[in-house]
Amino acid sequence: MFDVNEIRKDFPILQREVYGKPLVYLDNAATSQKPRIVIQALTDYYEQYNSNVHRGVHALSMEATDKYEEARHKVAKFIGAPKAESVIWTRNTTESINLLAMTWGRDNILPGDEIVVTQMEHHSNHVPWQKVAQDQQAVLKVIPLTKEGTLDVSDIDSYITPKTKLVAFCHVSNSLGTINPVKMLTKKARAVGAKVLLDGAQSVPQMPVNVKELDCDFMAFSGHKMMAPTGIGGLYVKMDILEEMEPFMRGGEMVLEVWNDRATWNDLPMKFEAGTPNIADAIAMGAAVDYLSDLGMDNVRKHEAQLTEYALTEMQKIEEIDLLGPMDVDIRGGILPFHNSEIHPHDLGTFLDREAIAIRTGHHCTMPLMRAMGLVATARASLYVYNTEEEVDKLVSVLKDALRYFGDGAKRAKRTR
Amino acid sequence: MAQNAQNELDDLYGDVVLDHCRTPRNSDTVEPADLRADGVNPFCGDEVHLQIALNDDQAARVGVQSVGCSINRASASMMSEALTGKSRSDIVELAKTFRAMLKGDAPSDDEREDLGELTVLEHVREFPVRIKCALLPWSTLEDALAG
Repeated sequence: MFDVNEIRKDFPILQREVYGKPLVYLDNAATSQKPRIVIQALTDYYEQYNSNVHRGVHALSMEATDKYEEARHKVAKFIGAPKAESVIWTRNTTESINLLAMTWGRDNILPGDEIVVTQMEHHSNHVPWQKVAQDQQAVLKVIPLTKEGTLDVSDIDSYITPKTKLVAFCHVSNSLGTINPVKMLTKKARAVGAKVLLDGAQSVPQMPVNVKELDCDFMAFSGHKMMAPTGIGGLYVKMDILEEMEPFMRGGEMVLEVWNDRATWNDLPMKFEAGTPNIADAIAMGAAVDYLSDLGMDNVRKHEAQLTEYALTEMQKIEEIDLLGPMDVDIRGGILPFHNSEIHPHDLGTFLDREAIAIRTGHHCTMPLMRAMGLVATARASLYVYNTEEEVDKLVSVLKDALRYFGDGAKRAKRTR
Repeated sequence: MAQNAQNELDDLYGDVVLDHCRTPRNSDTVEPADLRADGVNPFCGDEVHLQIALNDDQAARVGVQSVGCSINRASASMMSEALTGKSRSDIVELAKTFRAMLKGDAPSDDEREDLGELTVLEHVREFPVRIKCALLPWSTLEDALAG
């Protein structure tokens, strides 16, 4: 197992103070911090071999191409993709899902077909499928949730039916922390001949994820939540499906031959990567994957689970707040949403901010979920490898202060620290 | 808590703000109303429902029901008191002055006099992400005036 205090030294930003206090960064589900080697990879690229990739005959271009494709290999290996070409670079999870919806979705989902999502999807895995359903006269079905914030699969066969073409769901919910039963849902989808899209935005950063073992057809993920820069992410597509897919964007890089009236497509994965790609950030994502692989994803998950268990235990002691999501850490990632019926999350968030504790408040891009829970907003703390029990203690202690501060009319009298 | 951060927080959540927040004024629905509008900020779930009954050109009765964070609720409650008895043109001016206070520099002495108790909300300027919370009742008012 690793030493968290050693890990923290690798993240320059964790040394900084906010309002004169050490930063307690608990907004990792929104974006993670970056280790020095990722920042260094960006600098190295721009200072030493900045050049456009592919087709270049000069040394810098070849070096950049090698590093860029090497990063793709690293990412593919990291997610258990059998071939590097099955990973397409995108900007982020949202772009990955939109790419899939606009290509495979439009060509394969036909009038009367059904698309299945869940009540806990991020808008990025819900709204694109609304559009496909509208355009294709298909039906969008939403699997409901239990009170504990897990998928209610008691009636799953009425959702996943022979009409289902796609089952799209998050591996780990960004709003609840729930880890969904991927294998069970994939098996159900297989049984009716449907394809499976996994939203790995929250799972790939914090646990071992292997697309082959999970048997999904597609997986979308973002670099910036797993220590890579913003602006880079990936879409994994099973090779046999990818070979049949039409291009997403058209232009340079993605073509093989062009005539006045027609064109042919480049090999995979370039066929899906029109235009000069995000070279620097892709290479830096390779560095992020190196960093995570060195830690070991089993260790990352173990730390996450232990700290989540600790946080759940401590936060449960605060009577005034409701913790949302499952309480069993075997089916929960390091995401801790909470709610107080009297105090708005923005007031709590502002109070915590002034103690240099960064959390997120709002609907977390899951408005349908909030509506289903009868809420409009929650406060959410989310953990990562560099977070410590001391930071959880700080959160709990300041949260108690905040509840006292807003909780009654005698706030000044109670603020005697 | 670092002293400055604590002071700023106490400025934002001053006694007047928390008092309005806990005991909102004019929260009964006014019916019939001559001017009305509903405002929502879907990002945080803040809501404002506003009704104004006019007598000649004056706001005779104001009703405002707000849901959400304390800044929104306090701003709505204080606004309802400030509007009551004012003419339509004075209301338009007050809304302009209030908006300027939150978006721009500190108000002048004359403006302070017009704003009265509302000046306690000027500290929201130090919390830029919360400005929209304080402004929601006022943009709802502007919608009501625009009909």
